[in-house]
Amino acid sequence: MSTTAPDLSPLRRAAAWKTPELIFWLLPIAAYFLFPKSLSLLSQMAITALFALSLDLILGYAGIVSLGHAAFFGLGAYAAGFLAKYGYGDPLLGLAVGALVAAIVGYITSFLVLRGSDLTRLMVTLGVAMMLYEAANKLTEFTGGVDGLQGVEMHQVIGLFGFDLYGKTAYWYSIGVLFVLFCLARRVVNSPFGLSLRGIKQNVRRMPAIGAPVNGRLTAVYTLGAAYAGIAGALLTQTTQFVSLDVLSFPRSAELMLMLVLGGSGRLYGALIGTMVFMVAHHYLSDLNPQYWQFWLGAVLVLVVLFARDGVMGLAQKMIKAGKS
Amino acid sequence: MQLKMKVAAAAFALLASVAAQAADLKIGVIVPMTGPFASHGKQIMNGVKLYLAQNGDTIAGRKVQLIVKDDSPGTAGDASKRRAQELVIQDNVDILAGFSLTPEAFAVAPVATEAKKPMVVMNAATSAITTKSNYIVRTSMTLPQVTAPIASWAAKNGIKKVFTIVADYGPGHDAEGQFKKTFTAAGGEIVGEVRVPVGNPDFAPYLQKVKDTKPDAVFLFVPNGEMGIAFMKGFQERGLAQAGIKLIATGDLLDEDVLDAIGDPALGVINSFHYSQAHKSPENETFTAAYLKAYPKDRPNFMAVGGYDGMRLIAEALKKTGGNADADKFIEAVKGMKWVSPRGPVTIDAATRDIVQTVYIRKVEKVGNKLQNVEFDQVPEFKDPGKQ
Amino acid sequence: MTIIFDGLAAGMLLFLISVGLSVTLGLMNFVNLAHGAFAMLGGYVCALLLARAGVPFLLAAPAGAIVAALAGVVLERTLYRRLYGASHLDQVLFSIGINFMAISAAHYFFGAQQQAIVLPDFLRGQIKLPGLDVGVYRLFLIVIGLTLALGLQWLVGSTRFGAQLRAAVDNPRAARGLGINVERIFTLTFALGSGLAGLGGALGIEMLGLDPSFPLKYIVSFLIVVAVGGSGNIKGSLIASLMLGLFDVAGKYYLPQAGAFVIYVVMVVMLIARPQGLFGRSAAK
Repeated sequence: MSTTAPDLSPLRRAAAWKTPELIFWLLPIAAYFLFPKSLSLLSQMAITALFALSLDLILGYAGIVSLGHAAFFGLGAYAAGFLAKYGYGDPLLGLAVGALVAAIVGYITSFLVLRGSDLTRLMVTLGVAMMLYEAANKLTEFTGGVDGLQGVEMHQVIGLFGFDLYGKTAYWYSIGVLFVLFCLARRVVNSPFGLSLRGIKQNVRRMPAIGAPVNGRLTAVYTLGAAYAGIAGALLTQTTQFVSLDVLSFPRSAELMLMLVLGGSGRLYGALIGTMVFMVAHHYLSDLNPQYWQFWLGAVLVLVVLFARDGVMGLAQKMIKAGKS
Repeated sequence: MQLKMKVAAAAFALLASVAAQAADLKIGVIVPMTGPFASHGKQIMNGVKLYLAQNGDTIAGRKVQLIVKDDSPGTAGDASKRRAQELVIQDNVDILAGFSLTPEAFAVAPVATEAKKPMVVMNAATSAITTKSNYIVRTSMTLPQVTAPIASWAAKNGIKKVFTIVADYGPGHDAEGQFKKTFTAAGGEIVGEVRVPVGNPDFAPYLQKVKDTKPDAVFLFVPNGEMGIAFMKGFQERGLAQAGIKLIATGDLLDEDVLDAIGDPALGVINSFHYSQAHKSPENETFTAAYLKAYPKDRPNFMAVGGYDGMRLIAEALKKTGGNADADKFIEAVKGMKWVSPRGPVTIDAATRDIVQTVYIRKVEKVGNKLQNVEFDQVPEFKDPGKQ
Repeated sequence: MTIIFDGLAAGMLLFLISVGLSVTLGLMNFVNLAHGAFAMLGGYVCALLLARAGVPFLLAAPAGAIVAALAGVVLERTLYRRLYGASHLDQVLFSIGINFMAISAAHYFFGAQQQAIVLPDFLRGQIKLPGLDVGVYRLFLIVIGLTLALGLQWLVGSTRFGAQLRAAVDNPRAARGLGINVERIFTLTFALGSGLAGLGGALGIEMLGLDPSFPLKYIVSFLIVVAVGGSGNIKGSLIASLMLGLFDVAGKYYLPQAGAFVIYVVMVVMLIARPQGLFGRSAAK
């Protein structure tokens, strides 16, 4: 009996880098020179994009809807915050610990989340996040409660670059982390593991028949998504040197979902582009009209749904297809 | 020759200083304008704009330009900090102002220090805020400052046993602590305490507990808005007042913005605070008349006064420095500054850069057909006890 | 005893504000997170009629419901209809967008402050029975809630309209083939859902307050009820609301330190025990 190795060439083809992607990744470099005064916004965009990416892994690729993803973001943020407050201010160490803490909680809670329908999953994830929020709120002595955690003192990144008012270090640091983790996510989704996730999303019942352990896979990807969110949270803490209770809040989870769906879930670039579109729109609208900008943001969302199903990325793809034919 | 040079140099210096002063004075205001705290932003901006409308928008030869940034929800420090960085880097503002909630002020404090910009806190009330940067000055109040007087008043006026109910978040914990400290030091007894989740709409179980405990009074601290309204309505519905239980509180619960929404259940509640629309003084009469004329839909409250006085402080400080908004000079100029605000006489404590003011004990009554906080007792020149 | 009564009343309030969502989400399978926006509309109509026009509360509250229902019809005809076939995520995005617009509009027209409402005298105060203090307004809520629950149960379960609705949802194509006007049924059902939301908003002002942030502030409460009750199930929503109300009130009375945890713990435990909700129809969406 000889077993042949499975043919992985389609995956390899999908995994190859394409030109538009390379151009896309030149954008952050261009942005640095074009908008040198907006680096704090740009770094927060990068961080939120990473956060959206983490949701995309579980929602877009594995089909687990979550309204409580801020739980992991917040855990990472507080973990990094406490670490830095008590003297361990090395940024990379903070990221690692943030990822670890979030991953552990993600692993444990994954068993609660895997049961039930979409609505049940939404509410269980939300419940877990709200409990963490309440816990952080109650432990005012440690977390600062709603006033926020202060005294987050960061060391220099790899011992060289200190965080500055203009946010240069914060920018390159966030973009760098985003890029590395994006490449990793890209590998994951284009691996046999990623393929099996998509299979589960499309048809849960058939997957065990071809020998894929559904729950094991889902637990794994949920844990991975949690770790990513933890890193994003840790990044936010480090670049702003402050942790507000808001990192665990429901609006943060809900807004994240909006960004992802806006960009187009199930595509890694959908997470990035959705975040960019949402945050840029939010930023400019709220500057133009600080009091009623929400109206216009709402209008944008409604229009996108009516005229661009599958989000911005879906629209782009359709236009490219239309252009080709 | 030498004289000529000197004259030229002097003329040049004069020109330069004129040029510098002619530049607009940019004030970046960070407040929540949308979301659950939208009314804070509205009131603060009403106050700021009213001052400029009354006194002209040119200060020490510089035209004032307000740049308002919405950092809603106001509780997310990252958003507030980013707004502050943008104001400093992109808009090149001279002064940072606003700050309705404590996390906003805490998150922005390092920016003020690093960028060397004066930071005028117009509402946020946690005691420690002014210690977070040497460039912070506050024109509102601190929570211990308005909490301690009601505790002393209660102890002096025959209230022996108090049940405390506070919202379960930082400021609530602070108010609970301060009340307990002052009240027990004056010989009172705390017979029960609960912390209520923020946003909790139903006070029935807590009120029932109070009723079963039978204290002399309930001390209440919750964020102003629907929680206070729900509490007052429940308090009345359950007939706690008839059972001989008094309600005492800090005045933010009964501020003019929510007083009408609470309605008659607020009648008779005794509270301590630094500003009331019904404060009797010529300054306040002018202020309220102008306010009601400019914003007929709203009623002036303490946040509006915080914004109004904050703007006044900026104007007075710049007059002293000749239009120079350098942070060190600005802060030197505000230290010890005294003026008569619509709320009464106030001073900026030179040591803490925090406000010293009269705290009034008031009772909600009907004045004409409007509910008002009528002042009947006061603690003059009261410093923040949280810093002692 | 009083605690049980208060718990029931709190639960009934939850039921009133979320039953409309149970109708749209459960019966029509549309994730309408703008439910709170319709509730807010009903609330504002009621509050303004009371305060400015002096309309009695018992008329103003149904007026709120009617206006919300009409708004529901208009929006259903123009916008919602296009999204019946869309994915749930698109529906979420869309309805949150509607929420944002509603919040800003309310802010623009009515200001950011809380709205005042004064209940008529006969709905205020307490009736004292031995061992039990009955809040009149709470009793009123319980009565309205029960009436509505029975009425809806009858409407969906025992009338021709209900049968048509269930057929239209389960299999629109077959229903159309049987000569059922599916579009009209959906419009009516949507109007019913929004009207119930409006009524809930109007009746809820007294206890929940009313300001422009209402649609997002209570979204979590709506969702909890619907998820625990099993969507589309009136009886389930009712029982879930009552259980949540009881647990919450009792938890706050006997264990105040636990605070807001109680309701979330109860929800998660219930959902883990019965992932489809108390009376959920099995996995079919």
